[in-house]
Amino acid sequence: MNILPFLDILLASLIVTVAASTVVARDLFAAVVSYVAYGLLLAFVWIRLYAPDVALTEAAVGSGVTGVLLITAGKRLAAIRKAEPEAQPGPALKWLTGALAVLVACALAAAILMLPDVPPSLAPEAVTAASGPGAGLGNPITAVLISYRSFDTMLEKVVLILAVVGVWSIGKDAAWGNAPAPLGRSRPSPAMVFLAQILAPIGTLIGIHIFWVGADAPGGAFQGGALLAAMWMVAMMARFDEPPRIDAKWLRLGLVAGPAVFLVVGLAGISMAGNFFAYPPGFAKPIIIFIEAFMVLSIAVALPLLVAGPPSEGYET
Amino acid sequence: MSPSTLAGLVGATLVGLGLYGLVLHPHPLRKLLAFNVIGNGVFLVFGIIARRGAAAGLSFDPVPQAMVITGIVVAFAASALAVALILGLYSEAGRVTLDPDAWTKPGPEEGK
Repeated sequence: MNILPFLDILLASLIVTVAASTVVARDLFAAVVSYVAYGLLLAFVWIRLYAPDVALTEAAVGSGVTGVLLITAGKRLAAIRKAEPEAQPGPALKWLTGALAVLVACALAAAILMLPDVPPSLAPEAVTAASGPGAGLGNPITAVLISYRSFDTMLEKVVLILAVVGVWSIGKDAAWGNAPAPLGRSRPSPAMVFLAQILAPIGTLIGIHIFWVGADAPGGAFQGGALLAAMWMVAMMARFDEPPRIDAKWLRLGLVAGPAVFLVVGLAGISMAGNFFAYPPGFAKPIIIFIEAFMVLSIAVALPLLVAGPPSEGYET
Repeated sequence: MSPSTLAGLVGATLVGLGLYGLVLHPHPLRKLLAFNVIGNGVFLVFGIIARRGAAAGLSFDPVPQAMVITGIVVAFAASALAVALILGLYSEAGRVTLDPDAWTKPGPEEGK
């Protein structure tokens, strides 16, 4: 007897339960903790959907880094949560919203159950692009990200930079150029320090490994970069390192390095291979690894800066 | 029921749950959490389409999967911006309520 279907159903009901507890939890902190657990469970579903790359991204970014972001935000807001009781919605509104939510979910579920039998797909084209003369990558996801849909991937890095600029511009004028507030407490707990000492070196190695094998196996620039970002944040929480001043040259260079290198290589493709973002045959793999290395750097710099928030007065380093 | 159909139904449920939280929670950070739950549901629905679109002999369609990876990172960037805006609202006004009526009453800062 195959037990996988039962495990699938168990996993599905677990996810729905944890998601529900995220939505209905009374306490903000409890909701955030449920959300992190829920993200990790979602990663298992992605593995069941033959999407290990998505699972890695979901676990690292969707659950891990987002969790740190929300926990940090919750702590910074904690002082006022008790001071100001929020007006709760009445029962009529609750029932109405519940009915609307059920309606939307049922409509979506019906659409999923009635999908056409022969689905339209870009897979053949993508596979051709991935195995064509310009590629030579074993991991089709990386091939799609860097070769077939390269423009999307480049612009997504630009979105990250825009988000960093947006976060910085929310800070006070007087604080411009300063460092963001520290991530950890002024005296981090011994457990946090120990965790950072043990985890950060190992995690950094794993992050570089995930980036390196990403060309041929599950992994890649996103997942590796997110892991490196997480390790930097762990070090900052244990106060081994502080958030850098936002006017530091190296920081800004690191932020733009990924998309800049990507764009330059893409433009070089016009003269070298005859097309924007085309890679010359035979050199595609080293070029792609080269681009990805800079993207890892940009992601590893951008994610912690997004979590650290706007520059702060009174935390000059 | 195949694992991908089941995952799709989970995605649909998540969209419903998230929508409920997004509408009803007064706290903006809770709204943000609920919005992320909706996003995950949408990604899952997209994911089963990736699974179904495996027409080229692969076990999945890499294009939607790559777009989901991009989507997860963009969703994080948007959440980070939202958190910064919420914290900015708090540091400007001393509270984070989105209730328009609350702003006409004296706030904790104005009482001083």
